[in-house]
This record gives sequence, C-alpha cells and structure tokens, in this order.
Amino acid sequence: MKSTPDAVAGPGSSAPDGVIETSDLCRSFGPVLAVDRLKLVVRRGVIFGLLGPNGAGKSTTIKMLTTLLPPTSGSARVAGWRVVEDAAEVRRHIGYVPQMLSADGGLTGRENLVLSAKLYRIPLSRRRTRINEALAFMDLESAAGHLVRTYSGGMIRRLEVAQAMLHEPEVLFLDEPTIGLDPVARHAVWARLLDLKRRYAVTILLTTHDMEEADSLCDDLAIMHQGAVVLQGPPAALKATLGQAATLDDVFIHAVGGAIEEGGTYRDVRRLRGTLRRLG
Amino acid sequence: MTSVDSAAHSAGWARRRRFGDFLAPTLAVAECELRKLVRDPTELVTRAVQPVLWLVVFGQIFSRTRAIPTGELSYLEFMAPGVLAQGVLFGAIFYGIAVIWERDLGIVQKLLVSPAPRSSLVLGKAVAAGIRGVPYAVIIYVLAAFLGVHLRSSLAAAAEVLLLVVLGSATFSTFSLLVACAVKTRERFMGIGQLLTMPLFFASNAIYPLDLMPGWLQFAARLNPLTYLVDGLRGSMVEHGRRVFGLGLDCGVPLVLLVILVLVTARLYPGLAR
Repeated sequence: MKSTPDAVAGPGSSAPDGVIETSDLCRSFGPVLAVDRLKLVVRRGVIFGLLGPNGAGKSTTIKMLTTLLPPTSGSARVAGWRVVEDAAEVRRHIGYVPQMLSADGGLTGRENLVLSAKLYRIPLSRRRTRINEALAFMDLESAAGHLVRTYSGGMIRRLEVAQAMLHEPEVLFLDEPTIGLDPVARHAVWARLLDLKRRYAVTILLTTHDMEEADSLCDDLAIMHQGAVVLQGPPAALKATLGQAATLDDVFIHAVGGAIEEGGTYRDVRRLRGTLRRLG
Repeated sequence: MTSVDSAAHSAGWARRRRFGDFLAPTLAVAECELRKLVRDPTELVTRAVQPVLWLVVFGQIFSRTRAIPTGELSYLEFMAPGVLAQGVLFGAIFYGIAVIWERDLGIVQKLLVSPAPRSSLVLGKAVAAGIRGVPYAVIIYVLAAFLGVHLRSSLAAAAEVLLLVVLGSATFSTFSLLVACAVKTRERFMGIGQLLTMPLFFASNAIYPLDLMPGWLQFAARLNPLTYLVDGLRGSMVEHGRRVFGLGLDCGVPLVLLVILVLVTARLYPGLAR
C-alpha cells in the first residue's frame, strides 16, 4: 500500500489548495534573517517562479523546502508532508536540480540515471524502462553511453532534470535551471519542462533571474525581497498593476524598490562563475 | 494463511525492505566511486610513489646500517608491512577532498535530497575507499618480493592482508571524510591532512618496533590505529612475522573505529549541503 500523508501526518494535513504551503517560515544565519516569516502557497500542477535579487532568500527557501536546511521557525508542507518531521517522505515525493552541476562528469549519462534509480529504490522490474523513457523524453538516447563530462551545458541540464524526474515526483524544484545556457539550449530546457507539466502534471518550482523565463514559462510568480514575498500572482496580472506597457522587469524593479544587490558572498560568486564556465 | 502468519510475513518483508533501503544506496554509491577510479586511476598511481620510495631507498639503506633491532626479520622484512600500511594511510587521508568538490558541484545536494539513509551514503563511500587500498597491497607485494622479502604465500595470509588493508583504508578514508565535513573548504582540509599524516606515521610501529620508543611515544602509538594495522599486516605478510596484539585486536580496533566514524560522519554529512 502506498502511504498517504493524511494517514500519519495528523489533523490539518490535507492540502486542498497548495502542493507547497509555508507558514511563517523563518531561517536565520547568525544575526542575518535570510527568510522572514514566509507565507507561500503553490497550486498543484503549475510552474511557479520565485524571483528576487541575490540574497533575497530564494535559495534558502528552496533548501528548506527540499529538506536540506532545517528552518529556524515556522513550518512548511510539500506534497502534504511536513518538511522537518516527515523529511524522508518529502524526499520521496520531490525532485531537485541544484543550480550547480549535480550530474557526475566521471560517469556516463546512463550510469548517473542508474545511481538515481537505486537511491530512490525504483524496483528492478521498472528501472530499465524508466531510464529509457527518461532518456528518450530528454532527447539523450544517443549520448547515454558517453561520459557526462563530454556533454554540452544543455545536455547536462536535461540529464539532471531526467535524474530528478526518474522516481516520478509530485514536485520538482529547480534552482536557476537555465543559467549559463545559450538561447537554443534554454528553449530546449523550457520545452521539456512544459512537457513535464502537461504529461505528468508535476508541479514545478523554479528560481530565476531571467524575466523572459519567468514570463513565458511560469503560471505564477512570487517576487522575494529581504526574505519575504513582496508580490505574488500570474505574470500578466503583475504586469497589469503597472499599466499596459509594463514589462516584468518594471514589475521586478518596482517590487524590490530598485535595491542594489546586497547578497552573494565571495564563495557564492566563485561557485556561480565556476558553474557558468563548466556549462559554457 | 492465518492472520498471525501474514503479520509475521509482512514484518519480515518490512525488515527486508528496510535492509534493502540501506544496502542498495550503499552499493550504488560504492559502485559509482569505483567506476570513476577505474576510469581515472591517476591519483592512485601518484600516491603509490611515496611508499615505493620508502621501501626502495629508505628501506635498503637502513637494512645496511642494521641500526634498528628487528629480531628474526631483516629490516626490509620488518618495514615492508609498515610501508604498505603507510601507503594505505597516505592514499586515504586526502580522500575527503572529493566530497568538498562534490559539495561545490552540487552532487552532495543531489544525494542528500534522495531518501537514502545518510549513513548508507557515507558507508558507500567508505566501502569504495576500502577497496581503493587493494592496489597498494599488490604494488608493495610485488616490490617486496623483488627486493628479497620472504612473503607468506598461503591463501589465508592473503585473505588476512586484504581484510586488513580494506579495513584500514576504509577507516582512514572515513576519518578524512569526517574532517572534510567539519572544515568544508579545500584550503583548511589540505592543511589538516598535511598536519596529520607524519605524526600518525611516526607515532606508529611502521618503521621501528614499539619497544624502541620512549614511554610517551609508546603510549601515543597504542592509541594510533595505524599501529594495529601495521601489527596485523606484519603477522600476515612476512614469514616469521609476529604480532604484538593479535589478529583480533588488530582487526577489532579499526573496525570499531570505522563504525563510530561512519555514524559520526553521517551526522555531519548533511551540513555540507547547507
């Protein structure tokens, strides 16, 4: 029997509105409050974009929702499970593609997928089929036997999404999925994500700095600033608040008050540029 | 089937499933590590240079001076197991740097969002690291035979040597992982690795017997897991080699340490993704 969240999570656990719900979620690092009483509801089956300047708390939020980082206070549910108390169940029901390079360059594409299949305990009887399906879906069949370090940036990203989707999660988290990709590779990744949403009804939460990505891919957006959501809604509705000719760039700048970026440590910058170099 | 039967059956099934949930990720991680090692053994080869130099240069010169009393064994025979243990130690002590790379790349994050138990991820790395020790044993065996060391050639002796080398390599590598999880950056990690290797080597019975040491050093050597590895290898590898502690203690000390290290590292490992 497949366990359901309601069976063990107790009263109030059913999540009719949101597949992701946070309530007063906070995380501080020493004196710095990275996420400040975050309230977020993400509807099932949408692509949800989390925007905000560097240091706004997007990555910290994703880390808490994916169980990598315990919140300082507040609570969150993903796919109906509580991120702290039911961390193991949350992990079973989500996929995550980190911003950096999470596919192993020393292994082939197929070996990377086999590793994921084993980590997620996909039964042997279904393993091969799932892996072949995922390779076909991501258009990586011919490259499956090659070492990932010979892949292009776009191929690596598609492989990483395939790895994260292998166990058919309800929610997929993507941290800046198209960073450093050329327009062709970027559009290829977008097409795969839209297909995933259509075919598997998976909910996708992604962070991005790319307003075109936010506008054309996402059904709903939330703009974060200083650890809290300052604006939320569908792209068209957000633009409409500023008048007919407004772009998402205008909305973004308006929402964060033209704040000059404060976040991002030396290490973050080094890591980001390293990723860009490898993907590029 | 009665309900009691079916309850017992499902309990057994659940136990097997839990065991599988632990074992499958362990083996999967170990397999990936070994695949990468086979594809690119450069590091293994470069790390083998040092023990070869110790045996060929230091060993041959010191056997001529006859300065260190080693009983029935020639000095080369005495030090060959010590040099193997040293090779295992030096090969393992920088193993943790790989997880710092994996952290910067995002591989650690990918492993940690999976439902695999954290201890199984660490144990998988430890198992692979244990097997990484085996090539050192092969190199030292060939070289020692070539230099005229009388090696024991029974199957039991070979099995004991393999067991000790795998255990030693896994233990020191997991210690290295623990340090990596604690310090998190390459620079600090390299510093600590450099700091640890020589004291561990010199405060052991690898190149001189315990009775030759001053009291304080003997005390330190008895706390040093490398001493037990050398002692075990000395009894299994060379003809007329004698153990001071016995095979039970020589295997038991690294084994207990390994279990503790895996459990502690499993607690620290998630910190890499924060």
